[in-house]
Amino acid sequence: MEETNKMNETTKKEEQTSTQKIGIYLWIWLLLFVLSFFSYMVDWYQFQGMLRWSLILFFMFLKAGLIMAFFMHLFWERYALVNVLLWPMTAIACFIFLMTAEFKYTLFSRFFYFVVGGA
Amino acid sequence: MSEQKIDGFELKPGFKGMASDTGSDQTMFKGVHWGKAMMWIFLLSDTFVFSCFLISYMKGRGSTIVDWPNTSEVFSLYVGGVPVPLLLIAIMTFVLITSSGTMALAVKYGYEKNRKMCGWLILATAIGGLTFVGMQVFEWSKLIHEGVRPWGNPFGASQFGSFFFMITGFHGFHVSIGVIFLFIYTYKVFAGHYESKKRGWFTKMKGDYVEIEILGLYWHFVDLVWVFIFAFFYLW
Repeated sequence: MEETNKMNETTKKEEQTSTQKIGIYLWIWLLLFVLSFFSYMVDWYQFQGMLRWSLILFFMFLKAGLIMAFFMHLFWERYALVNVLLWPMTAIACFIFLMTAEFKYTLFSRFFYFVVGGA
Repeated sequence: MSEQKIDGFELKPGFKGMASDTGSDQTMFKGVHWGKAMMWIFLLSDTFVFSCFLISYMKGRGSTIVDWPNTSEVFSLYVGGVPVPLLLIAIMTFVLITSSGTMALAVKYGYEKNRKMCGWLILATAIGGLTFVGMQVFEWSKLIHEGVRPWGNPFGASQFGSFFFMITGFHGFHVSIGVIFLFIYTYKVFAGHYESKKRGWFTKMKGDYVEIEILGLYWHFVDLVWVFIFAFFYLW
């Protein structure tokens, strides 16, 4: 048993962990700069309303996706790990949905009692 | 990146691989260092913490009947007498992305056993993080000077201050912890702890460059959280 363990360790040592080419990191790096610049421009040009929010969300998700996929190596990881990490995000989405309903209700009751003055 | 070959076990790709990995009656995360799996689990829990902060911010901002302060005015800096909106925040974003890039390269050079390059890149990352924290201190003191408090501020809805200090403070705390560890690992890499197989903390296992990837995961996560804070708190 000990011998096989030793053998495994030596083969592991010799086997170099594969690394990605440097180009891919530099490209992602550049893309992150460009996307950050774009999202700053959203504020610079003072876009308003739906255009503003959709652009902010688009650049945000793109940046987050690039960081997770390539800088954090999720693109190259096995699905067993990737799925364990990503499915819990649906719980967060649920929570956002619930709290949206909640703040609308709070806002309504504040208007109703503080501004309108109740029934 | 996990090792893609394991003796005595056939690694299938895709969803089939997920099913066989999960049902293999052994380790579930094949070829993933235990420290890396644990760091991911920690980051997942941290994601929930930050999500709760940001969702409570959404709830607070959405339910107030007083106007929310205009962030592009509150966070503007005067350059030559002209207000530039979100200037400091933009610079902070770029500094953090720069440090994220150097970290990604440090991980790559670490795996290639390029000790010097890896060490310098981690040092560059640490300095980037330190710059970020420094600018955050400047931002905080500026806002405190202008009268922003957790219970009120001169710009609008009084919840603004508490959400600002809580969210950016918790993120800044993460960055500070990261900077401390980056400096420690700069030392460890330059001292050659991974060549001499010196053991790590609280473990008799021998150190390896995979530790740099684990550190990198944490650092990228800090950058990731900033992406969301930048979008929701500063731009929205």
